[in-house]
Amino acid sequence: MNIDKELDARGLSCPLPILRTKKVLSDMTSGQLLKVVATDSGAPKDMQAFANQTGHELVTHSETNGEYTFVFKKK
Amino acid sequence: MKKMAIIASKGTLDMAYPPFILASTAAALGFDVKVFFTFYGLQLLKKDLSDVKISPLGNPAMPMPVPMPSLVQVLPGMESMATVMMKDKLKKKGVASLEELRDMCLEAGVTLIACQMTLDLFDFKRDDLIDGIEYGGAATYLDFAGESNVSLFI
Repeated sequence: MNIDKELDARGLSCPLPILRTKKVLSDMTSGQLLKVVATDSGAPKDMQAFANQTGHELVTHSETNGEYTFVFKKK
Repeated sequence: MKKMAIIASKGTLDMAYPPFILASTAAALGFDVKVFFTFYGLQLLKKDLSDVKISPLGNPAMPMPVPMPSLVQVLPGMESMATVMMKDKLKKKGVASLEELRDMCLEAGVTLIACQMTLDLFDFKRDDLIDGIEYGGAATYLDFAGESNVSLFI
């Protein structure tokens, strides 16, 4: 998978991971991929809700050792 | 476009977070958001937010490092101490400051409206409040809230 941009949201609490994700996505072009890494354990549900509401596609998400990784495809 | 209308009526540190968190997040989710600041909530639009504090007094749900009887909580300096401790905790846990969240709301195009009646009531000057906000009354709020998908009183 060709990641165009990465966002380190580790250590940030709600709602910062969502706000930062939105900000980075708005500077990207349609179809580009953004990888986000977060440690907020509320993030999996919130990131899915963000995708539902905005239409940016949540391509993959996974968890390893308390770190959550998300890949978004910009709408 | 979905819309959200919030009334922010409280001016303590704990009650300042929900309106700014929800407004900034809703804007990120693509909502058109307006927040109407009235009564003590108007404090949250001041340029200087250092007056926004938290008090353990009358708030039995507030987690305390050591149990503290109400009679101790009334001592001078306790409120400032509780505020410093809470701000420290918020920072350590990666929670944004109020100033940061408020800036992010403005950046995201959230409309912040100051209640003109409260401004007059408390003798606040428009110069005390941040730039980039609007001024209005109950009708201004209802004009927008009537068409909103989400409407909250905080």
